[in-house]
This record gives sequence, C-alpha cells and structure tokens, in this order.
Amino acid sequence: MSSPSDLLFTDSHEWVRIEGDSATIGITAHAAESLSDLVFLDLPEAGDDVTAGEGFGEIESVKAVSDLKSPVGGEVIEANTDLPDNLGDINSDPYGKGWMIKVKHTGTVDGLMDAAAYDAHVAAEG
Amino acid sequence: MASDQLRRTPLTECHEAAKARLVDFSGFLMPVQYDGILEEAQRVRTKAGLFDLCHMGRCRIVGERRLEAAQFLVHVNVHKMKQGAIRYSFFARDDGTTMDDVLVYMDSDAEEVFFCINAGNRDRDLAWMREVCARFSCELQDQSDELAMIAIQGPSSVETLNPLCDVDVGGIKYYGFVRGTVCGVPAMISRTGYTGEDGFEIYFAEAEAPRIWNAMLDSGKPHGVTPIGLAARDTLRLEAGMALYGHELDDTTNPVEAGIVVKPTKHPHDFSGRAAIDKMAEDGPERVLVGFTTESPRVPRQGYDVVSVDGTPIGKVCSGSPSPTLGTTIGTAYVVADHAAPGTLLAMDIRGKRHEIHLHALPFYKRER
Repeated sequence: MSSPSDLLFTDSHEWVRIEGDSATIGITAHAAESLSDLVFLDLPEAGDDVTAGEGFGEIESVKAVSDLKSPVGGEVIEANTDLPDNLGDINSDPYGKGWMIKVKHTGTVDGLMDAAAYDAHVAAEG
Repeated sequence: MASDQLRRTPLTECHEAAKARLVDFSGFLMPVQYDGILEEAQRVRTKAGLFDLCHMGRCRIVGERRLEAAQFLVHVNVHKMKQGAIRYSFFARDDGTTMDDVLVYMDSDAEEVFFCINAGNRDRDLAWMREVCARFSCELQDQSDELAMIAIQGPSSVETLNPLCDVDVGGIKYYGFVRGTVCGVPAMISRTGYTGEDGFEIYFAEAEAPRIWNAMLDSGKPHGVTPIGLAARDTLRLEAGMALYGHELDDTTNPVEAGIVVKPTKHPHDFSGRAAIDKMAEDGPERVLVGFTTESPRVPRQGYDVVSVDGTPIGKVCSGSPSPTLGTTIGTAYVVADHAAPGTLLAMDIRGKRHEIHLHALPFYKRER
C-alpha cells in the first residue's frame, strides 16, 4: 500500500499536509491499522499551542495508549471535534475524514519523510 | 526483542500465512490479533474460535510418590482427585505469595500427574517443581516442546471437534479430560478453557500441530470458526473473571486476596504456603480483588490508582478492556477490603483525571448452561 504523495510523514506515523502556513495533521493508514479497535482520542482545542516533535494528544486502543506527536510547531487553528465520537473515520479514511488538527505552523521537525521514504520505513519496521 | 530472536511455536507459520499480527509474548512470537480484537471475542461467544497455546508450559510428574510431590505443590486435595479430573490451583511460597497459577491433571492410568503452567513462568516453575520432585524421589518431565497445545472455545466447539475424534467429546465433563485421538493422533482432550465458554484444550505430539490446526479450521468452517489472537483471549478471560498471572496474580499477591481461597484448608495434607494462606483466610485479607465497570471511554490499565470518592488512594487497577459482551468497559483491581462491596462507587485516576468506576461482582459473564 502506498501512502499519498502530497503528504509528509514522521517516523512515529503521523502525516502532515502543508499548504502555505497551514499544516493539517493526522495518523497514517499503517498506524490506524496497527492500533485498530480505537476507543478514545484526546485532541487540543483551537488556540492551543503545539510544539514540533512533542505530544499534541493521545489516542487509545483496546490494548494501549499512544501519544500523538506533532510534526510541526504553532497554534492550533482548528481541531476535528467530530472525530473523537467517530473514531472509525481514522480507520476508514485516515487521510481525509480522519484528520485531527490544523495548525498555523512556524516550523517542522527535522527528518520528515516523503511517501516513498515513509513506505520504506514501514516496510523496514516489519 | 527482535522478532528473529523470539521462540516460534509449531503453528507460527500458519499464523504468518493467515496474516495475523505477531508480537512478543513471554519470549514467543505469538498472534495477538487476526481481524479485530472485539470482533474475535464476539465470535468466540457466539460461534467458536481456535487458539494456539503452544507457548504455555506442559509437564508431568512421574514416580511412585508422584501424588505426594504434586500435593506439596498445590492447595487442592490431590489424593482425592480421580482419574480424568482437572483442578485449578497455584504454586505458593512459604509466605503465601503466588509463583504461578496452574491446572493439575490426574492421570492414574498413565501413572502421571500432569500440569499446565504459564509461558512467562515456565523456567522458574520447572526449577521449583524439580526441587519438590527431588524431595519425593520423583521425576519431573518437561513436555513443553514435545507436546503442542491448542484450544477450541465457544458454543460450536463440540460440533467442530467431534468429527475429528474417536471419542464423544460432548460426553467429557467440564474440568475433566480423556485420552483419545484427534485426526488419528493420540491426544489428551480436556474440557477446560480461558474464555468462559464451553470448549476444549487438546495436547498432542507437536509435529502434528499444523495438520490438526488446519483440520479443526476446516471442520469448524460451517460453524464460523476462525483463529483467535491473544488480545481477544485476554478480553474473554477478563469477562469470565479469570485471573491472568502478571495482572491479578503476581509475586506480591496471595490466593486469599485474589479470591481463589476463601476458607482455611480442610484436607489434612501440607502444601507449600499452607500455613500463611490458612492464617490469611482465617483473619481475612486487607485488600481484595474486585471487578468494576466504567462508562468512561478510557480503558483501565494495570497500575492506575483507584481512589475513593474523596480522592484517597485505596487500590490499583490490574486489568481492563472494553467488553463486547457486556457493552461497557470492565476491569479488575485490588482495593482495601472495606471499600470492596459490589456497587461501591470509586474512581480510577488517569494522569490526574478521575473516571468513575462501579464495583461489580466477578465474573462479569457466565454462560447459560
């Protein structure tokens, strides 16, 4: 399965779509599939600040709680407030309806990968 | 541990071919999930599922004084166990703390007492059993590698297994076993399990494992039988109120607070930990294992603090899972004995946030018989 080529990816399986100074963030299809059976999502609110490389929220599946790491720093301009009640969207449409936050970004973390590099990273993780 | 350093079972290739997700479980590469944890759990409740349990420990005590040796290891009256009987028990230290929980199989015909023990405790259990066997001039034989173990669990278990066997498995009593054949292979067929459903755990020569596994899947296909991962197994055992070593039981717990022993022992035989366990049963434990439900979306996890309504810490969570059968989230915890009544309102603390929990009698789920 190839990841969408218009996105950049972190090694912790978040994606980011950068359009000007706006960055939309979610988790990848691979992450959604590995977590499966999602039960809880905690997102920041519009107006909160996020720091590149640090946690912006939590996602919980039946088996584990995982931190969501932000690929960018900046101010949250919108959070997908419908998503915590529709966690299935993360599995069925991770790059569309499964988006989590939009950030007015001031910089990204180092080492973001393009789709080809990310797919290789996933393959190497097994 | 890298996956190439993990131990494989005779069925690992079958799980890989079925595209199961494989993880490190007690040093073994095991299938944690096939299609979906909650879906798999529901399938076992409504149809049946197949489990690879080859990672568990299997061993037997042989020798003239095997009953004495076995008796020193477990709290049940081994001397009164009849041919074909199985009992649930534990290995305890002198101070009553638990080293493992186990199943004991009485096979007088084969002149052995057989044990099924947990994967994570295999090495230390075997060392302890060897030490005890030496005191009674018996031999402990580790059969973990030579025998495979698979389980079929769920309402369609009898229909799935029967066509493959030379005995009527529907006639085996719960917590009883017989020796027979499965696909022509000599097997010990045990009406036990770890899901709260009817079902069987079968033991046979490990080389036959893939053939029998596939034959059971074929036989079960019309009944909706599929392989089930360890994650769903954990949800099922929790619904059924069964302890998991490392969660409800560990090196610090004892069988009285865990609810396995409720009264001082009546039989005349000594066993390791008896004095301490009997005393605690007499005095009553300070903390007890309880079940609880919660409406919180958060899953209770081992180690979360349990607090009273005024915020005082009074215990710790052992296990938790969404329960597809109950339609709510469930968990177990140790709490101080005076806050342990079913119905008590308490809270679990997750990173400083309190989530209400309601204590619930164990088990959460009991099948209709």
